[in-house]
Amino acid sequence: MSSGMARFVIRRLLSMLLVLFAVSVIVFLIFNVIPNSDPAVRMAGKIPTETQVEAIREEWGFDEPLYVQYATMMKKLFTGETISYSNQQNVTEEIWKGLPRTLSLAVGAALIWMAFAIALGLYSALRAGRLSDRFLNVLALIGISMPVFWLGALMSYYLGHKLGIFPTGGYVEFTENPLDWFWHLVMPWTALSVLFIGFYSRVLRSDVLETMGEDYVRTARAKGLSERRVLLKHVLRNSLIPIITLWGLDFGAVIGGAAILTETVFSLQGVGEYAAESIKQTDLPPIMAVTMFGAFFIVIFNTVVDVAYAALDPRIRLDAEGSR
Amino acid sequence: MSAQAPLLDVRDLAVSFTTEEGAVQAADGVSFELRAGEVLAVVGESGSGKSVTAATLMGLTRGPNATISGTAVFEGTELVAASDEELQRIRGNRMAMVFQDPLSSLDPVYRVADQIVEQIRAHRDTDKEEARERAIELMEAVGIPDAVGRADAYPHEFSGGMRQRVMIAMALSLDPALLIADEPTTALDVTIQAQIIDLLRELNRSRELAVLLITHDIGVVAEIADRVAVMYGGRIVEYGTAEEIFYDPQHPYTWGLLGSLTRIDRPRPQRLPQIPGMPPSLIAPPEGCHFRPRCPHAFDRCVEVPGLEARLPAAPGHLDRCWLEPERKSELQKTSPLRGPG
Repeated sequence: MSSGMARFVIRRLLSMLLVLFAVSVIVFLIFNVIPNSDPAVRMAGKIPTETQVEAIREEWGFDEPLYVQYATMMKKLFTGETISYSNQQNVTEEIWKGLPRTLSLAVGAALIWMAFAIALGLYSALRAGRLSDRFLNVLALIGISMPVFWLGALMSYYLGHKLGIFPTGGYVEFTENPLDWFWHLVMPWTALSVLFIGFYSRVLRSDVLETMGEDYVRTARAKGLSERRVLLKHVLRNSLIPIITLWGLDFGAVIGGAAILTETVFSLQGVGEYAAESIKQTDLPPIMAVTMFGAFFIVIFNTVVDVAYAALDPRIRLDAEGSR
Repeated sequence: MSAQAPLLDVRDLAVSFTTEEGAVQAADGVSFELRAGEVLAVVGESGSGKSVTAATLMGLTRGPNATISGTAVFEGTELVAASDEELQRIRGNRMAMVFQDPLSSLDPVYRVADQIVEQIRAHRDTDKEEARERAIELMEAVGIPDAVGRADAYPHEFSGGMRQRVMIAMALSLDPALLIADEPTTALDVTIQAQIIDLLRELNRSRELAVLLITHDIGVVAEIADRVAVMYGGRIVEYGTAEEIFYDPQHPYTWGLLGSLTRIDRPRPQRLPQIPGMPPSLIAPPEGCHFRPRCPHAFDRCVEVPGLEARLPAAPGHLDRCWLEPERKSELQKTSPLRGPG
């Protein structure tokens, strides 16, 4: 790692702290101004007396000024002592429980959508204008237009419930039974990937077509390279740069919340589903924790993407001083 | 030399492309010979078909929209009919090409030495180290300073002139018999242009390398060419030795080309002379001689296509496509508006 890159990464990590701080303040403030969110009233149960509510308020510190409440919450968040208001469970533990599920879903889906997108995008570009290209174009549009919850529900009903090929939901630890783990994830992976396959394959198709017209591709042919080598080493290699950037960003976004729908439809009980539950309960501590979790991954993958971009394209320099 | 078969023998090469507006006859009836170790310059303005001719020899214009006819025999292989695999073996190996824009002709994501190594290893069974040594040798040979230190640099870290040297080094990597240089200096600064032309001339002499030089710059031609083919509207309109073309040009278009040169041995004109009119459309070209609509000396016969023939008894190798009688030409030439003042 060059010193320029090290400086870049450090700068990015510092700015990440700023982003996380801003996100947490915004979430905290929003929560405190929305109606019906007084945690003491909610915790006191049905038809509470005023004294009961007051007692809870004092016990949990809800009577303190907002900035003190915020400070306490953040301190607990970083020491892993955050407790849910609605079921008194430790939030950090819940997230740790959900993390392997969310990661399994996101990593698997990302690999699937990238592999299919490359294959279909490249094929489509090579057949540009022909029937097979047009057919794939329509297919991609359908894929992009299908809402994931609808597709997920259809798959769950037909492939899971009616035909019984795949389990309709749930999750099995990889360490427990890898085959079962895989089998439970096939439908969620597919449901989550379809949109991305449609979108990425179109992007790659147009990138490949554009790259094929580049002078250096003509040079590669003039060098007497085989068509296969021209295509893979020169055309595809250059066409992949934009799509890999997109990949990193979307991967961060999927972990950071974009998988909520898929997780919920297939009841994977990952971090996304936990987020959805917490929002339903208007339960601030887990909402805060999950939001920070999401923001963290999104910012991290933004940085990863920038570093990867510089590695893939030697013309890109990360250190502003060294660029020309 | 004359007894030997030429290195490259092009006969009636024609290339047309199907476009939405109609068929474009980019090259039509192009014939020329190139002997080993000779420099043939193909001159003409943009759209005259010179680059298409060069790219066709390399097989780079092949595609569903292109119709190619005629023959081009290179070292015993007929290139027009050759299979893609046959062409692949020849190009980059026996016949290499350098392009107009060195800034975009190298792949931006690979180191320059690796791009040369790739070409060597596409044709020879050499290991990487050996090919790399050869690449560095070549970079030195084409005048890249500190070739060892620069081998692992990326194209964007080189200037335009240096990139063109890399392209030339790459083209030379398998000791080709023929180098096709398509406007190799057009994208470069004037001082760098001269260096690249000097390099090409030097390589031509030291390596017996035949060069097919495509250019619109007749000044460059004067410096380096043994023979010249003047192209206009997809056809060769005049063909001869550099001396014949410069001192006894036969075709009015060639007069115009030479007339538009600034000459330091003549008084400076108020305005540079130019050929009136526009280059012909290749979708609907003028009937007969393509230069007819712009030619001040055109007459009835010019609606027929003149053949590319020797018309001067004293110079059997000097060919042109013009119906005017040679005597009439030498008369006209003195006063032709195409030749400009002086």
